[in-house]
Amino acid sequence: MSCVHCGLCLAACPTYLETGDENLSPRGRIYLMRHLQSGRAALNEPAVRALDSCLGCFGCQTACPANVRYGELLEHTRDHIEHRFKRPVLEWLWRRGFIEQVFPHPWRLKLALTPLKLIRQLGLEPALPSFVRRMTALVPADCRAVPMPVNSPTSTAVKKGRVGFIEGCVQRVMFGPTNAACMRLLNRAGFDVVTPPGQSCCGALYSHSGQLDQARQCARRNIATFENLGLDFIVIGASGCGGALKDYGRLLQDDPAWADRARAFAAKVRDLVELLPADLVESRAGNRESRITYHDACHLRHAQGIYQQPRALLQALCGSDFVELPESDLCCGSAGSYNLTQPAMSARLQQRKIGNILKTGATTVVTTNPGCMLQMRAGLAAAGRPDIEVTHLADFLDHALPRPPVRPPPLATALTQKQFSWRQPRP
Amino acid sequence: MTALAPSLVRELRAICGDDGVIATPERLLVYECDAYTMEKHLPDAVVLPRTTEEVVRVVKTCAAHQVPIIPRGTGTSLSGAVLAVDGGVIIGTTQLNRILRLDFRNRRALVEAGVPNLSITNAVKHRGLMFAPDPSSQPSSTIAGNIAFNAGGPHTLKHGATTNHVLGFDLVLASGDRVWLGAEPDGGDDVEGYDLRGVVIGAEGMFGVITQVLVRLMKTARAYRTLLAVFADPDDASQTVSDIIASGIIPVALEMMDQPITRAIEEAYHFGLPVDAGAVLIIELEGHEVGLDRQLHRVLELCRKHRARDLKPARTDEERAALWKCRKGAFGAIGRISPCFVTQDGVVPRTRLPEIMRFIYDSAKQHGLGVANVCHAGDGNIHPILFYDERIPGHVEQAYACSTEIVRRCVELGGSCTGEHGIGVEKVDLMSVQYSADDLAAMKRVRHAFDPEGRCNPHKMFPGGKRCLNFNPARQVAV
Repeated sequence: MSCVHCGLCLAACPTYLETGDENLSPRGRIYLMRHLQSGRAALNEPAVRALDSCLGCFGCQTACPANVRYGELLEHTRDHIEHRFKRPVLEWLWRRGFIEQVFPHPWRLKLALTPLKLIRQLGLEPALPSFVRRMTALVPADCRAVPMPVNSPTSTAVKKGRVGFIEGCVQRVMFGPTNAACMRLLNRAGFDVVTPPGQSCCGALYSHSGQLDQARQCARRNIATFENLGLDFIVIGASGCGGALKDYGRLLQDDPAWADRARAFAAKVRDLVELLPADLVESRAGNRESRITYHDACHLRHAQGIYQQPRALLQALCGSDFVELPESDLCCGSAGSYNLTQPAMSARLQQRKIGNILKTGATTVVTTNPGCMLQMRAGLAAAGRPDIEVTHLADFLDHALPRPPVRPPPLATALTQKQFSWRQPRP
Repeated sequence: MTALAPSLVRELRAICGDDGVIATPERLLVYECDAYTMEKHLPDAVVLPRTTEEVVRVVKTCAAHQVPIIPRGTGTSLSGAVLAVDGGVIIGTTQLNRILRLDFRNRRALVEAGVPNLSITNAVKHRGLMFAPDPSSQPSSTIAGNIAFNAGGPHTLKHGATTNHVLGFDLVLASGDRVWLGAEPDGGDDVEGYDLRGVVIGAEGMFGVITQVLVRLMKTARAYRTLLAVFADPDDASQTVSDIIASGIIPVALEMMDQPITRAIEEAYHFGLPVDAGAVLIIELEGHEVGLDRQLHRVLELCRKHRARDLKPARTDEERAALWKCRKGAFGAIGRISPCFVTQDGVVPRTRLPEIMRFIYDSAKQHGLGVANVCHAGDGNIHPILFYDERIPGHVEQAYACSTEIVRRCVELGGSCTGEHGIGVEKVDLMSVQYSADDLAAMKRVRHAFDPEGRCNPHKMFPGGKRCLNFNPARQVAV
């Protein structure tokens, strides 16, 4: 471990910025991990709380001059905690029994949302207890899945390649149209898109909550699903998943049967924005009617180091209407399932983010991750500004571009379309 | 570490709330050291007050209980100046993090003590302004911490250090009394009487707890010229530095890196730096577009005179940014080539630079250690980084002996034992090398005037304090 204790990570850590407590900073957590190992610190309640409070936003990795792989340290420590530390029963049930049983399984998530839809239709949501309401507030009103065709060939003259598309668990259930937009953008950029059935959760939810074995299972399933399709790239439109997918090589490095396959898979993974050419959109001057700002999803900015391409596209498309968001690369508090496990800190960061958005006077916030979108939408609604739109970069670009002439899909493709995969074998 | 009276912890909690007081052993662990990790001392408690009033109440409570107080920002200091040597209460300023007032017309900003250095510049850069001191720790290090060490940075050469950019501040003395020193937020720049503001800047937190600071904002330059000059021989590079300054040109930054560090950076970041060069200089000029090229021309001439092998001016802003990134990332890169290292900090008169460089190489060789050099050459501020391996018996002691030897030599050459990292606990023994007993007694009398009980940040700066050097260092980073 090459941490030199310099403290440059402190300013990049959202929980440290909020509390000023070094125990809740990357340097403090690394120090704690070191002394959990040396035996100077015991694996007790305060130690687990300090590690639980980490968002896993990777902001510190961007800031670290010594290139400490904090994310890896955290993953392994959390795995250790989940196997050695006995959590209170309710908390254990909440994590193991609900979050990890529902979110990585699109059909269960859909099922879980059904009663909420009913409650909303009956206008009974305000009657729910406040701690439930805080969670239901995250669920968008128009959440719907859009079936993705297995094959969607490009219609451009020059083909750039063939890509496999990963739908993402939350993205597919709550933001179906976004996936469809991703596909249209890829087609427009010259890629044939394949969306194979049988893909699984990327495993991020498991690896971030100390369940590395389950994460590895997810990885193996995805590798097996995608490896023989003759793909040039594997594309994901949800940044949170992208970071985990690119990490498969490391996740499975100790598994001799899978290590090489995992590395080959990871080398092909690209975020949507990496495959969009800079000249996808025509430069415009801006009309001053709207103000567009951009929130860096942590796992795009910090885990994948991508921040210039989305800005370049937005700047070209919006001209002077594009404004930078203060602290744009600071986590919004969504952080996977963090807003469900650590609601208090999550709410503080949400408010901080909303405050920054309001400062810009933006009418639209563009980002690249479903979790961030849910979090910011809920925050804006609570702040009385539901008029500020939060949208995915893919939707924003797709909406702004002229529609290509509609070409009916070949009959064969239409027949193989899967409406919804109700049978999802467990990872 | 002395056991704190439970009643004191209760009183502190009553002031700062439960979240604002840390008093359990496992949560105090990370507060046992700063970025200097050779020595460690656990504090008895850490408090994180949110307002100046809370600071005053905390300080008064500690005064009533006769407990040492230690002000601390983000703990990026490199000399152990925030260690609780004798236990005591650390007063963390990290929750005092608001920018209170931006006065663009008068080019001033009123900020709280815990605002990080870089946040000030970020808040005003849209108006073409900046806060000039730029230590490499600037994203994290707080303004009050910069005051404690009179922090500099690569651009100190032209802009000056923190003392040139802090107009005034609110200081809570160890007794709990509050004084504003220097220019007031609504007052003029000049203040009558003694410059007590100047006395407190660089006092390493021994005169009280700073809670609010009035800083000067500077206009960012219109144009820059940044040059990478490559030399085969480090001697030639140091001679060039002396000559540039002697010619009357004041670059805004004049940095030197030798071969080992250049190699490490190249391995880490692939900037395209020459790995076979003896030394490289980063020379930056700033000012108005007109006339800048003439200065650059003169600098190029001087470099050529000293057999510069290659001269690469940065052509775009991106190239300039890349060059600075490589300079500021230098220390991180070291982690890749040596398991442990210690960074020294010393100053020599610029003209003695070639001499001290030769001495550093010889001394490291004698002690069987690897060494790399990064220096703010324009200021004569050297940062030799000694590599060692703590697993080899005796290596740590060799590293310690070698770094002490280098710093002593700096003093002998007419320089000083620290440029910007401070004395802290690390260099207390070297103070008697630099100063006579009378000098030190005079300094102690100044301290006595601010803190008669010596309760604020005790055992720092002056020799004879408590020490327990634990020779089990992990790693060290600097600037």
